[in-house]
Amino acid sequence: MSGVRVLVGTRKGAFVLTADGKREQWDVSGPHFGGWEIYHVKGSPADPDRLYASQSSGWFGQLIQRSDDGGATWEPVGNQFSYQGVPGTHQWYDGTPHPWEFARVWHLEPSPDDPDLVYAGVEDAGLFRSADGGKQWQELPGLRCHSSGPSWQPGAGGMCLHTIILDPGKPGRMFAAISAAGAFRSDDSGETWQPVNRGLRSEGIPDDDAEVGHCVHRLAMHHSRPSVLYMQKHWDVMRSDDSGDSWHEVSGNLPSDFGFPIDVHAHEPDTVYVVPIKSDSEHFPPEGKLRVYRSRTGGDEWEALTTGLPQANCYVNVLRDAMAVDSLDSCGVYFGTTGGQVYASADAGDSWAPIVRDLPAVLSVEVQTLS
Amino acid sequence: MIRVVLPAHLRTLAKVAGEVELDVAGQVTQCSVLDALETRYPVLRGTIRDRDTGRRRAFVRFFACERDLSHEQPGAPLPDAVAMGAEPFLIVGAMAGG
Repeated sequence: MSGVRVLVGTRKGAFVLTADGKREQWDVSGPHFGGWEIYHVKGSPADPDRLYASQSSGWFGQLIQRSDDGGATWEPVGNQFSYQGVPGTHQWYDGTPHPWEFARVWHLEPSPDDPDLVYAGVEDAGLFRSADGGKQWQELPGLRCHSSGPSWQPGAGGMCLHTIILDPGKPGRMFAAISAAGAFRSDDSGETWQPVNRGLRSEGIPDDDAEVGHCVHRLAMHHSRPSVLYMQKHWDVMRSDDSGDSWHEVSGNLPSDFGFPIDVHAHEPDTVYVVPIKSDSEHFPPEGKLRVYRSRTGGDEWEALTTGLPQANCYVNVLRDAMAVDSLDSCGVYFGTTGGQVYASADAGDSWAPIVRDLPAVLSVEVQTLS
Repeated sequence: MIRVVLPAHLRTLAKVAGEVELDVAGQVTQCSVLDALETRYPVLRGTIRDRDTGRRRAFVRFFACERDLSHEQPGAPLPDAVAMGAEPFLIVGAMAGG
């Protein structure tokens, strides 16, 4: 019997939501690590029982938790994230140099092949790797030490490395995205990196062709067509057909092209989902209507998905890591809100229902498809 | 025997209830107490003081004998009452945040 396990990180703990393949009846377990911020929880594609969670607090710092039984029990593993060498400086909000300082792990990306291999994207922006199940972490300093690094500036939420994509089509190729530096690509397993931001236009950057400085909110890729990338930028939904070498805008008829998450249907590489947000100063849906927008054409033409979602007086946000899809035959789509709701659609977005309504603010949503 | 009181979240992490009792070799200082604590409970490394710099985390405070010792030098001797086990060394999460 197939099933799904939804891994939810919130401001005050982690929750594990499980259902069979019908995705109608849900069991909710948690809070795990109650009172701690859980920026991300993600399972290993190679071993679905292996989960990693980023646990942090302003008081007590960063921990990484690992489960080897699908989230029933957890054990803390390594939490030493030391930048390699002398970290140097990036730009602070006022333009002055500011030392690189570790704050937290935003995103954990387990290898598709090896349950013990996992990458971590951190604030201040850096990429770390563990090959022993999270016990020890080593920085891949080539990204932070890119020649443009001293000019990177934090976004409003901090200078976070929030997206890591391991390219299934080309061994050694990976992508990372940083707010507010932009998107980067490596072809040597993270040793060296190049910015891939050509075609992005960001108001607030005087140079239209700036190599870095873009506030990329999220990248998404379909495993069957890894040369195509989708991006939700601060403003603008973008697409690249050449592995990030160039980008073009596909915001089309969206009511707002500001937003945070973007994801791709599990079986249809041209079907893309975003959640438009009114603006960068009004982090809530336009008109108080919570609408997921779906494009079946790889962008430009978007349809509002509203069935089962609140269409009045809704002023929540959906954060960048808070949307995911399962890979059942009828693709399931999931997202969590800052109001604590986790919505699920078992029919690729045609209709929605809340799995749970009153969690702490949701920071991240991942889903595992279980056989 | 040195008595240490942890804040609730760190008691959960360390899987302890109530006070922690530690043997501390040599002079009893913030540093030697925390070294002994982290040796006994490695999961606490990085939660009280920064792993790289050894500095106290900003929202952690150290109290003992009705005094705030947070700004004392880490190598300074703790009060005799702590060293003799008459009073606990309190590790406190500052009242901040939500």
